[in-house]
Amino acid sequence: MTKLNSKIPDGPLETKWTKYKSTVPLVNPSNKRNIEIIVVGSGLAGASAAASLAELGYKVKCFCFQDSPRRAHSIAAQGGINAAKNYQNDGDSVYRLFYDTIKGGDYRAREGNVHRLAEVSSAIIDQCVAQGVPFAREYGGYLDNRSFGGTQVQRTFYAAGQTGQQLLLGAYSALSRQIGKGSVEMHTRHEMLDVVIIDGKARGIIARDLISGKLERHFGHAVLLCTGGYGNVFYLSTNAMGCNATAIWKAHKKGAFFGNPCYTQIHPTCIPVAGDHQSKLTLMSESLRNDGRIWVPKKQGEARKANEIPEDERDYYLERRYPAFGNLVPRDVASRAAKERCDAGYGVGVSKMAVYLDFAFAYERYGKTKANQLGLHTASGAEILKLGKAEVAEKYGNLFEMYEKITGENPYEVPMRIYPAAHYVMGGLWVDYDLMTTVPGMYALGEANFSDHGANRLGASALMQGLADGYFVIPYTIGTYLSQDIRTKAISTDHEAFAETEKKIQEQIDRLMNIKGARSVDHFHKRLGKIMWDKCGMARNEKGLAEAIGEIKALREEFWKDVRIPGGQNELNAELEKAIRVADFLELGELMCKDALHRKESCGGHFREEYQTEEGEAKRDDDNFTYAAAWEFKNVGEWELNKEDLNYQVVHPSQRSYK
Amino acid sequence: MNLTLKIWRQKNSKEEGKLVTYQVDGISKEMSFLEMFDVLNERLVAKNEEPIAFDHDCREGICGMCSMHINGRPHGPWTRTTVCQLHMRAFEDGETIVIEPWRAKGFPVIKDLMVDRSAFDRIMAAGGFVSVNTGNAQDANCLPVPKADADESFSAAACIGCGACVASCKNSSAMLFVSAKVSQMALLPQGKVERKDRVMNMVKQMDVEGFGNCTNTGSCESVCPKGISLHHIARMNREYLLANITE
Repeated sequence: MTKLNSKIPDGPLETKWTKYKSTVPLVNPSNKRNIEIIVVGSGLAGASAAASLAELGYKVKCFCFQDSPRRAHSIAAQGGINAAKNYQNDGDSVYRLFYDTIKGGDYRAREGNVHRLAEVSSAIIDQCVAQGVPFAREYGGYLDNRSFGGTQVQRTFYAAGQTGQQLLLGAYSALSRQIGKGSVEMHTRHEMLDVVIIDGKARGIIARDLISGKLERHFGHAVLLCTGGYGNVFYLSTNAMGCNATAIWKAHKKGAFFGNPCYTQIHPTCIPVAGDHQSKLTLMSESLRNDGRIWVPKKQGEARKANEIPEDERDYYLERRYPAFGNLVPRDVASRAAKERCDAGYGVGVSKMAVYLDFAFAYERYGKTKANQLGLHTASGAEILKLGKAEVAEKYGNLFEMYEKITGENPYEVPMRIYPAAHYVMGGLWVDYDLMTTVPGMYALGEANFSDHGANRLGASALMQGLADGYFVIPYTIGTYLSQDIRTKAISTDHEAFAETEKKIQEQIDRLMNIKGARSVDHFHKRLGKIMWDKCGMARNEKGLAEAIGEIKALREEFWKDVRIPGGQNELNAELEKAIRVADFLELGELMCKDALHRKESCGGHFREEYQTEEGEAKRDDDNFTYAAAWEFKNVGEWELNKEDLNYQVVHPSQRSYK
Repeated sequence: MNLTLKIWRQKNSKEEGKLVTYQVDGISKEMSFLEMFDVLNERLVAKNEEPIAFDHDCREGICGMCSMHINGRPHGPWTRTTVCQLHMRAFEDGETIVIEPWRAKGFPVIKDLMVDRSAFDRIMAAGGFVSVNTGNAQDANCLPVPKADADESFSAAACIGCGACVASCKNSSAMLFVSAKVSQMALLPQGKVERKDRVMNMVKQMDVEGFGNCTNTGSCESVCPKGISLHHIARMNREYLLANITE
C-alpha cells in the first residue's frame, strides 16, 4: 500500500488546473489577517511566494541566510525563462511546452504538474514585465526570444546573460514593497535549522541568528521551504558557496519524504577546473549554444592550438551525433557526449578535460546581417568580424567578460574551453499537486521540491518553475489547507514542541563545537564531493555506488570525531555554519547513492553504465521504473522506499531521440 | 607567489578593530582573490586561530555579497570586477596587500571584513518597486517599449547592490545605487505612474540612513563592478527636481 497521494485533480489534463482554481476552498480576508506563514528562502520561489501571500493578506515571515533577500542564488541564473507565448509565430503552445518538458525529463515527471507549469508560464512573463523587469526587446519595442536546449521553438525570454538577476530583483521589489508595508517580516542572516511539528503538523521553525549565534523560535500556521537545491553535495558546483540542504534535510528527518534524490543535473557548459584550490565552478549559459558550436579535434592528443586546427580536422560531435537538435540537445545528452570525447582522449586544454565552444561562425553570420542592415554591402571580412563581435557582445557580453577574468583568455579571439559541472538537482522533497510535502502544513517550492522536471530539467525552466510555484500555484493551493485551519490560534513558542526542538539543535551545536578535532570542515566537504563526483556523478555503476555508500558512512564517522571548529557558538562563526551544512550533506550523499543504486535503469541525468543502448544513449526500463521514488527517513543511513506510480494519459513514453 | 597581507580584524560591531599582518606563501596566479582567502583561513584553522570573516556567496560576480576594500579601492585593482572575480594574476610576487571592509556611516562593521548593508534594503522598501499585485498584469506585449529605453533601463537594473559606490565616495553617498533603481523604473512605462513618489521616498530614506550627497567626482562609476553610469544620477536629479516643483 502506498502512503502517497499525489492529489492530482480528476478530469482531462487541460482542465485540471482551471477546475481546481475555481473550486479550491477560500480563506476570507479577515481570517487571512490572523494566519501566519513562514517562508524560508528568498530566491525566485521564496520571494514570489512571500510577496504574493502578503498581497493576499496573510501575515508572512521570510528568512534568508544572506545579508539581503536580493542575494539568493536565483540571481546567478543567466540564460532565460521559458514561456509558451508563441510571440515568434513558430508553432509554440502550452501543449508543446508541456510535451517538451515531459520528454526532456525523460518521462519521469507528473503530467498534471507539468501541464499546470506550462499553463501559467505566460502569466509569469506578464507579471514580470508589469514589475519593470527589463527583458531584451527588438527594435519594434516587442519582447525578444531565443532558443534553448531540447526545444525547436524560440520561447526563451531573457535579459542579456542576467535573466535570473532581473527576475529575482523583480520578485525582490515585490517583496520589498510588502516589507515596507509591514506585511512581511524579513529576517536576513538567519538560517533555519529545524522544523517544529505539533500534532503531526508543521507549526514553525528554529532559526539561528547568524550574527549573534542565538537560536530563535518562530511560529507559523504553515511553513514553506523555498531553499533551493543540494548541488553543493559535490563541493564543486555552479551553486553559491552558501547553498545547502539543511532546511529540506531537517524536514526530511521530521517526516517529509525525499523524492528522486539521485536525479542531478550536470551542466555541459562550465569553465573547467583549474586546480586544487578551486572553490566553485562557473557556468557559461546554455544560451551560448544558440550561437556557439561545440567541437574537439579529430586527432587524439592534439597539440596544436584551437585556431591552428583547420576546419576539416574538427569534430563537431553534437552536430554529427544529433543532426536534428545539434548543439541544442538537452543538458544530460550534451554533458555525456563531452565526457565521452574527453574520456576517449580527444579533450583539449592543459587538463585535457575540456571541449571547445566556438563563436567564429556566429561572428560572421551576425556581422553579415548587421552590415546589410547598415547598407555596407561591400564590407571587408575584418569589418564583418568586428560588427559580428559587437552583436555577440550585446547578447552575451557579460559572460565573455566573466570568462576572460577567470581564465585570462579572450574568448573573442580563441574558443572557450568548457566542461560539465554539477549545476541543479531535479530531486527534492516529494510534494503533491498542492506542493505540500508528506508533513501536513509543510510545503516545498522551486528547486527544493522534486515535482516538475523528471529526470532532467530543460534550460530556462528552473526560473519558470520557481516563479510559477511562488506567484501562481501556492497562493491557490495553500487555501486548501489553511481554510481548514482558520480556527487555530497562533501557538505560543513556549509550547513544549518548540522547546524540545530547540534543545535538540542546541545539543547538535554543542556536540560539533566540542569535537575539537584536527581537520577543517572544508577538508571533509571536499572529500565528500570527490566521492560523489567520481561515483554518483555523470556516470554511475553498481560497484561504484556500493563503494560510495561505504566511503560516505566512514567519512561521516570521521567527521563527527575529527572536525575542528574554531571560535565560539554565540557569535558570528562561518566555520560552524558550514559544519552544520556539511553534517547534513554527509547524510544526504548516502541517500543519493542509495537511490541511484536502486534505480536499475538510465534516465535523464541518471546514467547507469550498465543500462545504455548500443549508441551509448540512456536506456530506460519503463516496465519496472515508471515511478517517483519517495524515501522515508527511518534512521541515519536507513530509509524505506515508497513509490508513486507515474501514469501517462496523454504523452506516451518512448525512446527519447534528438537525432 | 608569496604575499604580505594586512587585514582588518574586528571582533564585533562594538569593539575596536586593527590591521593584522599575515604572510601567505604558495599562492597560485590562477586562484581567485577569495580562494587565496580560503587558503589563508584553512591555515588559520589548522593553527587553531579564528578564520577571517568576510561576505561572499555566488563567487561569479552577481550576488553582490563580496565586499573588500583592497589597496584603497573597493573590489581591488581591476575595473568592472567584484572581489570574487578578481584573480591573483592582478598581483606581483612579494607584494603587500591591504584589505579593509567598506567604510561608511551607513555600513557599520559586523565583524572583520563584513558590514551591515541593510540600509540598502530599507531604501528599496521605501519605493524601489512598481505597485502591482500578482495577477494584475496585462499581456506583456501590449505595451511596446523602445529598444533604446529598454536597454538603458537594463543598464541601470544591472546594479548588484554591493555598495562599492558608497565605499569609494568621499561623501559616502548612495546616489549611484538609488539612482540605478529610480532610473530603471523612470525609463519604463510601467514605472512612470509612481515616478514622483518613488524618487521622493527613496531619497528621503537615503538621507535617513546617513548617506551623503553627490559632488560629481565620479569615483562610484569608476569602481562599480557593473559599470553603472553617472548618467543615472543625472536622471535621478531631474526626477527629483520634477517631483519637487510639481508637488
